Amino acid sequence: MIDPKHKGGEKSKSIAMSFYRAFKSLGSALPMLAGVVLLLGLLLICVPKQFIASVFTGELFRDTVIGSAIGSISAGNPITSYIIGGELMKGGVSLFAITAFIVTWVTVGIVQFPAEAAFLGRRFALIRNSLSFILAILVAIATVTTLVAIQ
Amino acid sequence: MKVVRDTEDKGGNKGEGEKRKWDTHYDLYFLVSVIFLYLLLFFFDPESAYNALKVTGNIFIQIIPILLFVIIFMALIDYFLLPKTVAKYVGKGSGVKGWFLAISAGIISQGPIYIWYPLLKDLRDQGMRSGLIAAFLYSRAIKIPLLPLMVYYFGLLFVIVLLPYVVIASLIVGQIIELIENRKDKIQ
Repeated sequence: MIDPKHKGGEKSKSIAMSFYRAFKSLGSALPMLAGVVLLLGLLLICVPKQFIASVFTGELFRDTVIGSAIGSISAGNPITSYIIGGELMKGGVSLFAITAFIVTWVTVGIVQFPAEAAFLGRRFALIRNSLSFILAILVAIATVTTLVAIQ
Repeated sequence: MKVVRDTEDKGGNKGEGEKRKWDTHYDLYFLVSVIFLYLLLFFFDPESAYNALKVTGNIFIQIIPILLFVIIFMALIDYFLLPKTVAKYVGKGSGVKGWFLAISAGIISQGPIYIWYPLLKDLRDQGMRSGLIAAFLYSRAIKIPLLPLMVYYFGLLFVIVLLPYVVIASLIVGQIIELIENRKDKIQ
């Protein structure tokens, strides 16, 4: 934690101190990190991929919102979202829904919401995640519309 | 609550003060809830619980190198960046350069989003604008090392069209957050 009274030049200049501060900062984040990763493991095992595919209805706007919502709940390596997105595309799910899904996978995090709220403030986390959710739908619509227009 | 205090002391956070205390409680409350879910699952379906633990272990193995990277990154930033410098590049009045820096950093940054929160908190304490933090978090939807994979699944054209829209969306999220924060400041 930086003391606001510190002026630029007065800060203690030792690389060891800097490492100590970094370790301490990340160390205090460990309970939250452990919680998020444990929850991810639980969700990945308990929510099967077939279930995700069966949720889509075929109606464009509704699917896009559903895609956005599922991407918000899930998290983890984006590679997983591409693989699931690829499978969904093979299964005939619209590109609107898949785009929204892969964008919210990264930008909206229900699972890591407690962590984001703890570090950056609940208000910030709430506004940021809600905005990102809506924007993912707009990004999906813009992307697919552009694709259709230039093809 | 006793347990919480003990853990806090072990972590050497004694001097962190009242503000940290609430955060730490919140952390542990969350962790305990998740462990409780695991215990429930162990009770009803031990095999799934075991598999979930295995997946958790794998995720940990994947993120440990990134965590090490983050520690080094945080230490270097702490060492080289003075609050004044942070304020200059990503603080109030950092302008277009600030947006460019935040979005580029988001695109380059690796690993899951949650390991970046401590660093972002530090940077904000040193004067980084909230809007830029939001833009950073959004632009993480673009991952350079993963682009080939994205092209493989969805085609080159899709990727070329999607990326500029993600950058635009990052700017919009950041600007709206900033508008809301400014309004809050005015009211206060």
